[in-house]
Amino acid sequence: DISKVIHKTPSASRELLPKVTKCTDLFGYVGIEAVLDQMRRKTMKAGFEFNIMVVGQSGLGKSTLVNTLFKSKVSRKSCTPDYEEKISKTVKLHTVSHVIEEKGVKMKLTVIDTPGFGDQINNENCWEPIVKYINEQYEKYLREELNINRKRRIPDSRVHCCIYFLPATGHRLRPIDLEFMKRLGKIVSIVPVIAKADTLTVEERQEFKERIRKDLTSNGIHVYPQREYDEDPEERVLNDRIRESIPFAVVGTDKEHQVNGNKVLGRKTKWGIIEVENVAHCEFANLRDLLIRSHLQDLKDVTHNIHYESYRVRRLNESNMNFSELVLSSWPLKNGTDTCETESQL
Amino acid sequence: MGQQKNLDGYVGFASLPNQVYRKSVKRGFEFTLMVVGESGLGKSTLINSLFLTDLYSTEYPGPSHRIKKTVQVEQSKVLIKEGGVQLLLTIVDTPGFGDAVDNSNCWQPIIDHIDSKFEDYLNSESRVNRRQMPDSRIHCCLYFIAPSGHGLKPLDIEFMKRLHEKVNVIPLIAKADTLTPEECQQFKKQIMREIQEHKIKIYEFPETDDEEENRLVKKIKDKLPLAVVGSNTIIEVNGKRVRGRQYPWGVAEVENSDHCDFTILRDMLIRTHMQDLKDVTNNVHYENYRSRKLAAVTYNGVDNNKAKGQLSTNMDTVEGMSPLAQMEEERREHVAKMKKMEMEMEQVFEMKVKEKVQKLKDSEAELQRRHEQMKKNLEAQHKELEEKRRVFEDERSNWELQQRLEQQKMEASRTLEKNKKKGKIF
Repeated sequence: DISKVIHKTPSASRELLPKVTKCTDLFGYVGIEAVLDQMRRKTMKAGFEFNIMVVGQSGLGKSTLVNTLFKSKVSRKSCTPDYEEKISKTVKLHTVSHVIEEKGVKMKLTVIDTPGFGDQINNENCWEPIVKYINEQYEKYLREELNINRKRRIPDSRVHCCIYFLPATGHRLRPIDLEFMKRLGKIVSIVPVIAKADTLTVEERQEFKERIRKDLTSNGIHVYPQREYDEDPEERVLNDRIRESIPFAVVGTDKEHQVNGNKVLGRKTKWGIIEVENVAHCEFANLRDLLIRSHLQDLKDVTHNIHYESYRVRRLNESNMNFSELVLSSWPLKNGTDTCETESQL
Repeated sequence: MGQQKNLDGYVGFASLPNQVYRKSVKRGFEFTLMVVGESGLGKSTLINSLFLTDLYSTEYPGPSHRIKKTVQVEQSKVLIKEGGVQLLLTIVDTPGFGDAVDNSNCWQPIIDHIDSKFEDYLNSESRVNRRQMPDSRIHCCLYFIAPSGHGLKPLDIEFMKRLHEKVNVIPLIAKADTLTPEECQQFKKQIMREIQEHKIKIYEFPETDDEEENRLVKKIKDKLPLAVVGSNTIIEVNGKRVRGRQYPWGVAEVENSDHCDFTILRDMLIRTHMQDLKDVTNNVHYENYRSRKLAAVTYNGVDNNKAKGQLSTNMDTVEGMSPLAQMEEERREHVAKMKKMEMEMEQVFEMKVKEKVQKLKDSEAELQRRHEQMKKNLEAQHKELEEKRRVFEDERSNWELQQRLEQQKMEASRTLEKNKKKGKIF
């Protein structure tokens, strides 16, 4: 769908688009639809940016899943023999950017990893570095927007999607899961997934999902796709179907095996081969379709139109300054890293 | 030790093991097993699978189905009989372990529980009367490691470091059907490396003299920590009925040693090494506890245990005394108790005697009264009868009188008639 490819500029999103009430017949071929081609060419030249954050305890297969999603080694797996890092004492955010290309479309994919989350004995406030990082990215974008001389294309480092990995216990959400999702559901789009789902039978998986959904509603946690942001009935129907099957039970791998003469991505055990892209085995394909094939632009839009806007409103109300003061205040910004020295009001 | 002598004939003490065997079968066995691990690692399922019972079922759900705020320590007992041998199995569960956001000191309730069991045993061992010594010490602790594929978590290391000197720790990889064989190998190696690095002493299988057994033991040692899968659902695979987990891509069989190490764990725990676990608990862990506790007590004569913050029992006289003094105290107590009991019994006896005497008196009085009553009745009857007889006599005399009068009258009339007849003849 080409219309979803259009990258809305900030000013356009805040104006109300005029509603078309009458449809006038055209006497001949005008060429309006060629606009779509032009947009297409422009966006293909410019490329896309997509920032995805993965959060979860170590050993849940986060890096493997990201590699499987984007079919390339974008993430270094921590279980490889040459991975020297031990479990860090605090949550450190680790950003890796790659540019991947498919059919002439370029995408700058940034994966933000969060090693150390939930691994300590005392995990109080382990979500704080993550919240800080997300708000810092919003702040960066806001500053750039308010600049007098702004760049044509503001580099977008905001987190578009946060995949939260739930361990496949089969019981219910743990206190740490609830705490994290409560706090972060308000500032970023969370997509919860059940990690290493090859440990659950189909019945256990269904029960687990139902219990998770119940826990989420009873705690007032809204995960992506949020019900209140459905734009039209068509989207609502589509998103309802998605909402009924989250969280997706995923299995990730980068190894291929032969099954019935085909090469498939899978995990080979003594009792069978788990095909990652087979929807009868696990829901990896559903997750991939959601994130990349159907809702990638929507994720970016929701981040921009809703999360970023609410951050902006909060920030501008808080500081009680007018725009000029905000712009004139000088602040040192280090290039390309994820540390920022302004105070991010949480 | 004396010289070894050869026997000239059959003496018969080779049957000693049989005698021991028969006695133990009669007595039955006890075994206490503790399971520790985060919720959702399949502890309850594994227990059910090991002992082929439904200790945790839908009517009595396992601790994971109930939400806990702090770490609890719960005991469940079950009596299992097989082939005439009975086993009293106690499972100690630790729900809430590692589930909170802040898990600092979540191992403390567990350490306290183990220590309290040791303390109970120490007290019952030091008693004067030790006919019954129930052994509720923890013989084995199964620690469940989440199958992350990476290594041990800080919580795992902390827990094992603190408990390896108190109980036999057997680490297990839970939910092992999530690992491929290669990942499993790597994970096991990594865990063993970390265990050695942190100098954690897990339960070691003893070396025996038997060559065959040694080979088996070595095979087990190579597979440590054991990767287990638990299930009690029966599924048909190629016409065979097996216990396993049914997935869309196949069936993971629990009792297949290719799939997981469940059979090794079960054989080791129940069939071959149960007695050894109990022995190690008794000879090593318990002795460690005992020497630490008693050394702390006798040093300076002051009770250092209170200062260390250990548990105190309900016998207040135990603290601050050497075992001999303790025995004296106990004996004195015992004697005092006996005296009290005697006095009480005497009192009761006296009371009973009084009651009985009173009762007898009462019944005597009752009998007397009845006797009187009967006499009276009798007399009354007598009188009545007399009265009747008198009346009767009166009647009779009256009647007789009347009869005589009548007769006189009749005679008189007859003579008159006679006279009349005679007169007429003239």
